Order: sequence, then C-alpha cells, then structure tokens
Amino acid sequence: MSMQSTYDKPGLLGTYGRDGLMQIILIANTVLMLFPIAIMIMSGFKSNIEIFQQPFAIPDFTNVANFVSMATETEFLRYLMNSFVVTGASIFLLLTLGTMAAYAIARYEFWGSSFLLLFFMAGLMVPLKLAIIPLFILFRDMGILNTHWALIAVYTAMGLPSTVFIMTGFIRTLPRELEDAARMDGASEARIMFSVMIPLCRPAMVIAGIYNLVPIWNDFFFPLVFIQNDALKTLPQGMTSFIGEYSTDWGVMFAGLTLAAAPITLVYIILSKQFINGMTAGAVK
Amino acid sequence: MAQLSLRGVRKNFKNTEVLRGIDLEIHDRELVVFVGPSGCGKSTLLRLIAGLDTITEGEFILNGKSMLNVPPSKRDIAMVFQSYALYPHMNVYDNMAFGAKLMGLSKDEVQKRIAETAETLQLQALLERKPRELSGGQRQRVAIGRALVRKPAVFLLDEPLSNLDAALRSEVRLEIAKLHNNIGGTMIYVTHDQVEAMTLADRIVVLRDGVIEQVGTPRELYETPANAFVGTFIGSPRMSLLKTTREGNRFGVEGSGSVLLPDAPETGAEVTLGIRPDAMSLAPEGSEEGFEAEFEYAEYLGNDAYVYARLGNGTRVSLQGDTKLSPHRPGDKVRLLVDPAEIHYFDSETGRSFRQ
Repeated sequence: MSMQSTYDKPGLLGTYGRDGLMQIILIANTVLMLFPIAIMIMSGFKSNIEIFQQPFAIPDFTNVANFVSMATETEFLRYLMNSFVVTGASIFLLLTLGTMAAYAIARYEFWGSSFLLLFFMAGLMVPLKLAIIPLFILFRDMGILNTHWALIAVYTAMGLPSTVFIMTGFIRTLPRELEDAARMDGASEARIMFSVMIPLCRPAMVIAGIYNLVPIWNDFFFPLVFIQNDALKTLPQGMTSFIGEYSTDWGVMFAGLTLAAAPITLVYIILSKQFINGMTAGAVK
Repeated sequence: MAQLSLRGVRKNFKNTEVLRGIDLEIHDRELVVFVGPSGCGKSTLLRLIAGLDTITEGEFILNGKSMLNVPPSKRDIAMVFQSYALYPHMNVYDNMAFGAKLMGLSKDEVQKRIAETAETLQLQALLERKPRELSGGQRQRVAIGRALVRKPAVFLLDEPLSNLDAALRSEVRLEIAKLHNNIGGTMIYVTHDQVEAMTLADRIVVLRDGVIEQVGTPRELYETPANAFVGTFIGSPRMSLLKTTREGNRFGVEGSGSVLLPDAPETGAEVTLGIRPDAMSLAPEGSEEGFEAEFEYAEYLGNDAYVYARLGNGTRVSLQGDTKLSPHRPGDKVRLLVDPAEIHYFDSETGRSFRQ
C-alpha cells in the first residue's frame, strides 16, 4: 500500500525539486539573455549623462528625443532602407533558387544528383570569409563592387547550402503520390511545383528563411569590405559611423540599435508563429 | 466507352523485371480487379495504365489508340490513390476543382460537376473543409469524388480500402460496388485482399512475379483454379496442398496412408492435391478410411469452426469442423476424409492444374 502511494505521488520535493531547478535555470538564462537587450532599450531613452550616472535606472519612456534625432539628424533611415533591400532580395533569391534546386535534387532522378547535393553541402563547410580577396577581385572585375548586388550575391551564395539542405530533406518527406495525383489532374511540372509543392513547403521555407535572415541582417563584414559609398551602407555598417573618434552620443546610438533590432525581432515573432502552425498542420495521411 | 488492351507489356526498373509480358483485354463497363501478393507488379501495372510510369516494352491501347506517348492527363483516366493524395492545403471543393479547371472546363461547368459529385458521395456539408478535418472514410470519398468530377472513361483505384478500419472497409466496398453500377465506367481496382477481389470483381486478374497467373470471374477462379498458386490465393482459409504419389487411382501421402479417388483425371505419378477446407472432414471414430493425421488445434468462429491437422509428411491442412466442441486434444490421431468431387489435381512440378 505504502509502495503504491509513493509510486503514485512522488512527493513534494520530487515534483518541485527537479522541475523547480529546471525552472530556475531557465529563468536565470532568460534574465541573462534579456538583460543586455533591456539595457539597450532603456539607454535609448536616456541622455549621455544619464547613461553613465544611472546605467540601470528606469528611464522616462515618454522622452523620445533620441529616436527623433536618430531619424532626422542621421542617415539612419537610409541605412534601414538599404538593409531591407539587401536582406529582402537575398532571402527572396535564396528561397527561390534553393527551393527549385532542392526540388530537382529531391524529386528528379538524374545522373550526379547526389553529387550535386554534396556539392551544395560542401558550401556549409567553406568559411566564406577566407575567399574575401578573390571575391573582391571578382566583384571589381564584374563591376558590381560598391553596389548592393555584391552583397546580395554573397548572401545568396552563403545561404544556399543551408537552404538546399533544409528544403531537400523536407521535400523528400512529402508523399510522391501528391505529385502523381496532380499529374493525373493534368498539371504541368511547373504548376505542380507552384500549386502543390511550394504551399506544402512553407514550414520548411520559414525555417530556412529565419535561419538565414538573422546573420544576413546583422552582417557587418561584407558591407565593410564591399561598400564604400555612404548612401549604400547597411545598418550594422552605418551604425559604426555614430561612434565618434572623440565623442559618441550613446543615447542616440542605443536608440538606433533598438530600432535596428526591432524589424528583425518582429519578423522572427511572426514567422515563428507560422512555423509552429506549419509543424502541427502537416496532415498528409 | 472504354476498351483497354495490353499487349506484351514489360516493365523494368534498372535491372529488375517487374512485369514480364502482360496480355490483357478489359472491356467497357467492366470492373476488373488486379490481385496478388505484394511485389507481384499489380500496382506497377496500374501506374503504367495511368501513364505515371513508362512501359519498357509492349503496347497499351485505349479505345483503339496507342497510349505509349500520351501523358496521364490526356488519357481520359482518373486514379484514386492508396494514400488518397488529397492536396492538404486546399479544401474539399478546391481539391475536386483542381483537375476539372485544368481540363479547361468553364467555371459554371466545374461548379455544376462538383455539386453533382458532392451529392452522389454525400460531400455537400464538407466542401469547405480541409482534408485534415475529415475522417478516413470522408477522405476516401473526396478522393473518389476528385476522380469522378473529371468524368473519365476509366477509373483506377489503387488499394483504396487499405487505410480504413475493418468496419468501414466493408461499407466503402459496398459503396464502390454501387458507384460502379450507377456511373457504369470501366474500373480497374488493385488489392492484395482476395475478399475484396471476390466481392467486387466482374473479372479477377491474379498476378504473381510480374506474370498473369489466371484471368476469370470470381467463380471460375474459385472452382477451376488454373494452378496451385491461384488455388491457394483465392479462398479463405486457404486450400491445402497435399503432395501425393499416385498408384492407379490411389493417392498416397508419405506417412499418412492413401485414399482411393476413382474419377481422377489423367495425371503423372507425382500429383499435388488441392483440397479446400469444406472438401475435407474428420472421419468418425474407429474409421479406417482417409488420411491419417495428427490433430493440432481447432478454431471456433461462431458460425464456423476450422480444424488444423498435420499429415505424416509434415504438411498442415485445414478443414471445416463441427461447431460443437471438438473432443480432440493436440497430438490425437485422427483420420481425414476427402470429398472426391471437390478435389483439384495439380502437377507437383509445374503447379498447373490437370483439369483445364
């Protein structure tokens, strides 16, 4: 009897002890992760003096002077636009090209298809930054140095391996009978891809998109090398110009950082929801 | 109108021969069932007819026209897949409309046809739902509906009942039979379940290892199987095969004695007797007739009972027993009587029937 009751109820310490420890670790981790973000946002509402005198104090959130001056007195909006253009184009290109390549590799039997997949995978292992000098020379000769095309090309190439990898794996799990059914219904290969396969691939495309979105948005290295024209700079690169040699307006700087992080965080939240929806709505049986 | 003929059809995947020369005529309005064990090539044959795979060698003619270079959608054939293959992101209406729209039908015509089909299959209430919101039986009906909307000359059904539970299976089987009566198209139905084949088919095609073993009505296949394989494949529990040596009209089983079968046909010395459970019975106590065997166990099914016994040479046979409690225990010696009129004689080497 007593055996059974201990079996049924593992006891207060048993239940809350292990789970509680887990909760504490998770909460501590969350605090650790969110702390810098909180400081960044709070500092965006403070003046330089306030930041250094009371770095942890809660600021007056109605004081948006820093944000106003960020938007009006600097090139921030131009940088933001540039980041949107470059990131948007790169994600669009790599999802389009990556999905098409993955579809071909996953579905059509042709000589060397597994080699082609391996070739894409090899891209995951090559540190692209090692190729910066040849890339520089290549882009110079192509005449796209100091344009957005240079960035878009690099980011697309950089994102393709992971995209092809994720998409190929996903497309292979989709039932072939769906395509056969569409073929019987009289759909062309292109229509099968666009009307049947792509809508089903959305969860995987979201994963591939998120996976590539953040590094591209945050990238500092490639713009630094390829872009000299101030009007073409992306956000991470442009933000560095706010750090002056003798004085830096940290308040405005943090306001800018907050604004720069906002869109990507938003996109992330929206897509995450989609991604979870997609995961639970497979329902192909 | 649909008249299909397959002539010398072969199919190879790389180096494996899946179909090895299929000759078959299928007539208008016929419901033909392809049946056979898994891997016999029945689904492959269906896919060749659909045009989803290409024929390696041979000819497929539909209504007098060769179909070898005709794409699936231009063959006037619709297919219901084993997994239903409904488009998960489209609702029931769009699932049915997809093919119809691609046929180039007008919007009104598509709408009209879907309304008709939905009525036949009782899908009206489900048109707005996504496939994941449907039960197995409903998905099955949508899959059939999607084929019906296109009003094809030939329907192909690839194991349509295998994903349903037993109770639903017999219900949908009945619906398919009714549907075939109502719309009257030519249907080709693939299954590995001989019960489905027997109950639905006008004619059954039994396949094994890529060749046709026999084509015939369910009754023909049951009563006059062309060989031992068809004999054992059709009918449940299966026909028992007894390897015997013939001397005159006495057929002896090693270790079990022999029986006299006066009206046996001309055969060689080595004969395999095919005996269905209902053609064999337990001899009354003390009888000296029939084969000697060892009682193994009995199965009681309510309206029926089956007895399993082992012959002297190790062959297990099944026979219809008494539904009253069997007095025998495992290991008891029993004698098995056979009904001479119901026996099938097969060549022990080739398996071919001697009565053809």
